[in-house]
Amino acid sequence: MTIKAKTAIALIGAGMLALGTMGLASAADEERKSIAPPDGHPLDEIISGYEFRSPETQALQDDDFENPAYLWVEKGQELWDTPEGKANKSCSSCHEDAAETMKTAGAEFPKYNEKLKKPVNMEQQINMCRTEHMEAKAWKWESEELLAMTAFVRNQSRGVPMNVKTDGLMKPFFDKGKELYYTRVGQLDMACSNCHEDNYGNHIRSDMLSQGHTNGFPTFRLKWQKVGSTHRRFKGCMKNIRATPYKVGSDEFVNLELYIAYRGQGLPVEAPAVRN
Amino acid sequence: MREVFRLAKSLVVAGLCAGAAFSAHADDKMASLKIVDGGIPASLTGVAGDVDKGRKAVVNRKQGNCLACHAVSSLDNQPFHGEVGPSLDGVSERYSDAQLRLILVDSKKVFEGSIMPSFYRTGGYQRVAKKFDGKTILSAQQVEDVIAFLKAQ
Repeated sequence: MTIKAKTAIALIGAGMLALGTMGLASAADEERKSIAPPDGHPLDEIISGYEFRSPETQALQDDDFENPAYLWVEKGQELWDTPEGKANKSCSSCHEDAAETMKTAGAEFPKYNEKLKKPVNMEQQINMCRTEHMEAKAWKWESEELLAMTAFVRNQSRGVPMNVKTDGLMKPFFDKGKELYYTRVGQLDMACSNCHEDNYGNHIRSDMLSQGHTNGFPTFRLKWQKVGSTHRRFKGCMKNIRATPYKVGSDEFVNLELYIAYRGQGLPVEAPAVRN
Repeated sequence: MREVFRLAKSLVVAGLCAGAAFSAHADDKMASLKIVDGGIPASLTGVAGDVDKGRKAVVNRKQGNCLACHAVSSLDNQPFHGEVGPSLDGVSERYSDAQLRLILVDSKKVFEGSIMPSFYRTGGYQRVAKKFDGKTILSAQQVEDVIAFLKAQ
């Protein structure tokens, strides 16, 4: 018998096993809310990472007073109104009331930057405002201040569907991000797609794999015991598969972030979410 | 189908340059691995596999970490068996030793596009972290030990 034939038999066997446990599996699936993807999208259903987490973790996110990430949002609110730099300006000097002016911004990054001729993400946009308009120092990646401001700004867009541009000038960067997504890296030789496209909903050890969306970032991770950025999460995935991660804020990660944002196109922004 | 792969060629070359201290696996016999009919019939070491050592390699999260993706009934004392791949119960009834050996050495030669890591391959990777560069996930003997363990399931 060829190995293919044997594999087919094994698959049928596995299928029968799966039928046996279907009651359980479909119950969990039914509970997962999904949205329909746009035309040509790689997923049949787009599901927020929230749907893959335990009721306890979900409950932490559901209640703003319980959600520990709101400490960062509050800090961000303070910073929004704090003048800094040689220009002695605050964010609100230009952008005034964030609830109005940042209503959709959190759903639209990474966004094309005319001056740099490439997309920038939210953290980079914040730092560009600081250096160019406030004449203040850029915040370090993963600093409390940058996490706080990113969490605060994206929180203004909570509930707004993710809406990144992928065509026109964004197209080459989108394509590069897509290529990274499907490229196997590291000694474990895995691409993002192996886990987050092919195996979402399956347990990998104790953790249930999600579709790996970004609509909840910056996110309070129970594992980190603090809020962390999208790029920190990317680095963690790459380390897990024994790869050399790209640098936070690198073109590679911004391109990847753009592509992954598109994979979650239409999902409501949840920032700051709580994940395990 | 008959092909000869020098899966560990780069390690042998690097090992010659760097001497015996090169890696934890420098003493492995990195001979050419003959793939015959979708399997590797010959033992990688010539030394019979050890079930207990195989079990350790299967469970150890820094070695086989097989439970990340597969369930194994005899290891019920270990928490959280994954569900990415099929259960390994009775796996030796589904595959010959030679097939199991190739699946462990380089699963993608058997299951195209598989998520399963290649446990005894050193070449053809991208962006491997320095710590693991040029090394195999398991040693040749550990591959044999894991096969012995799987045959006992």
